[in-house]
Amino acid sequence: MSETTASSAATGATIELENLTKRYPGNPQPAVDGVSMEIGAGETVVFVGPSGCGKSTTLKMINRLIEPTGGRIRIGGEDVTRIDPVKLRRKVGYAIQSSGLFPHMTVAQNIALVPQLNGWPKSRIRSRVEEMLDLVGLDPGEFRGRYPRQLSGGQQQRVGVARALAADPPVLLMDEPFGAVDPITRDHLQDELIRLQHELHKTIVFVTHDFDEAIKLGDRIAVLRERSHIAQFDTPEAILTNPADDFVSGFVGAGAALKRLNLTRVRDVGISDWPTVTVDDPLQHVLDRLRASGGNEILLVDKQGRPYKWLRRGDLMRAKGSLARAGTPVHYTVSRDATLRDALEAVLTDNAGRVAVTGRRGRYEGVVDMETLMNSVHELLEADRLDALEHQHDTEEAGSARAHSGQEGPDGSGGEAEKA
Amino acid sequence: MNFWEFVGSRHQQLLTDAYQHASAVFQCMVVATVLGVLIGVATYRSEWAGNLATVTTSTVLTIPSLAMIGLLIPVVGLGVPPTVTALTLYGLLPVVRNAIVGLRGVDPALVDAARGIGMSRASRLLRVELPLAWPPILTGIRVSTQMLMGIAAIAAYASGPGLGNEIFRGIASLGSRNALNQVLAGTLGIIVLALLFDAAYVLLGRLTIPRGIRV
Repeated sequence: MSETTASSAATGATIELENLTKRYPGNPQPAVDGVSMEIGAGETVVFVGPSGCGKSTTLKMINRLIEPTGGRIRIGGEDVTRIDPVKLRRKVGYAIQSSGLFPHMTVAQNIALVPQLNGWPKSRIRSRVEEMLDLVGLDPGEFRGRYPRQLSGGQQQRVGVARALAADPPVLLMDEPFGAVDPITRDHLQDELIRLQHELHKTIVFVTHDFDEAIKLGDRIAVLRERSHIAQFDTPEAILTNPADDFVSGFVGAGAALKRLNLTRVRDVGISDWPTVTVDDPLQHVLDRLRASGGNEILLVDKQGRPYKWLRRGDLMRAKGSLARAGTPVHYTVSRDATLRDALEAVLTDNAGRVAVTGRRGRYEGVVDMETLMNSVHELLEADRLDALEHQHDTEEAGSARAHSGQEGPDGSGGEAEKA
Repeated sequence: MNFWEFVGSRHQQLLTDAYQHASAVFQCMVVATVLGVLIGVATYRSEWAGNLATVTTSTVLTIPSLAMIGLLIPVVGLGVPPTVTALTLYGLLPVVRNAIVGLRGVDPALVDAARGIGMSRASRLLRVELPLAWPPILTGIRVSTQMLMGIAAIAAYASGPGLGNEIFRGIASLGSRNALNQVLAGTLGIIVLALLFDAAYVLLGRLTIPRGIRV
């Protein structure tokens, strides 16, 4: 079933913003001043910036909740600046802070809204609602008939995303969707969104003021300063290692190297093998393995293959040969999808500087230790630096080319915006 | 003849009056609700239009009902027309005011969300704003109905229908044997009708306010 939905699902469309401007009457300064940007199909772009910088206004101009005063919007190559806004919005999913669910409708009715407006047949809507609830990790049987106030904040937000995606729009706009939930739930929702995007490949434009959220979610990040001027529009890696100016580095904040750890997952770095024995192994075998391993520690895994205890030389002797009493229980494990930051945290917390990596159903897969982490971080930073240098070189070339063409004659709309 | 004997001997007449009373109030309430909600919908988005509607309807309410009916007689004549006109006008205010308050009270973020997912102006109004404003509108309708129950009694002054006739006849023949009984029967009848209507509104609220926004 997942295959058929994947093939029928609309994947992302490109978004092009051209000199998008918003002026409010009575205010000489535009609220958004000539934003131009190209967003690739299936890309997640995060707008990040201080409050009041116009990031939300820019987002709302994409589905024309706020009508731009100047400029052009193209979605999937089609100019949507002048088409019926209602028609435009049916093609663009929209999720907002504190979910925006209609309290007088059940979860199912909320999700069914846009498909209904699009005139889908009833049976298709019903199956779509189930599919969407499944997609966002809520059990349809349990949640279909509930009202929004009977849900937790995180669940409401999931339903909000399900509603935004119900009619399968190629583009999804998210306006600080996780701003009003607690940090733990927010973390979960972010992970969910990454997983969703992995399946769906929509074009997502996401607004936040939380730079860490931007790093975690964005393929590219647009750091905006006042009036939505783009301070830097680049990959998270490039922004972290090579911020364009003081404004951006101020926004990135301290600890860029630490934040960089968020961008790499444990599965991307080498995990080392570690000698293991299972709880069912005879004692003699355990002792042999300990001796043969060369190290002074082996990992004891339980019957399901999950890390259970660390056994050191001497532990068994002290416990008088009882496997049940010997060794120290494994407190921390990280999954292969955990970020290097999580892994570092676990390694630092662990008293012996290593942590077991687990795969599906918590099964043991390997171990990362301090040394592996250090080496990978050095490699990553070095690679980033090289990339950044190369990139800088490219943009300098492009920049000088643009300046050149700019002198030759500004195009009509650009000149007009400057005069007004 | 005591009160119960009076009611027993006149029950035919009393029931007819009560029915006409209820029917007049009900019909006027339907018209007032439709008009009131329409006025609310037309005016709630603009500050001054909404205030104008509220002020106008509350000015109508300050006119004494006897005077209003008296003033309407030369315009629309005697009987049913002045009754219906007066009742509808009086019934408007609570509905208009609560419709405006209710519609303005809908969380702007929800209206924004409705626009954002591509609902047209009409479907926003019908599927989001009015359902959310319905509880206060229903409260307005309840208040209006209670008020109209009393005002409808005055309609008898213009030869209108309803239990007011009993009261007026009683007052006109004060001192006679059944005068007090007539006034009492009319008054109690109105009270009973008002309670019945109120119970019906509670039931209506149960049936029409979705569980998600019931308090």
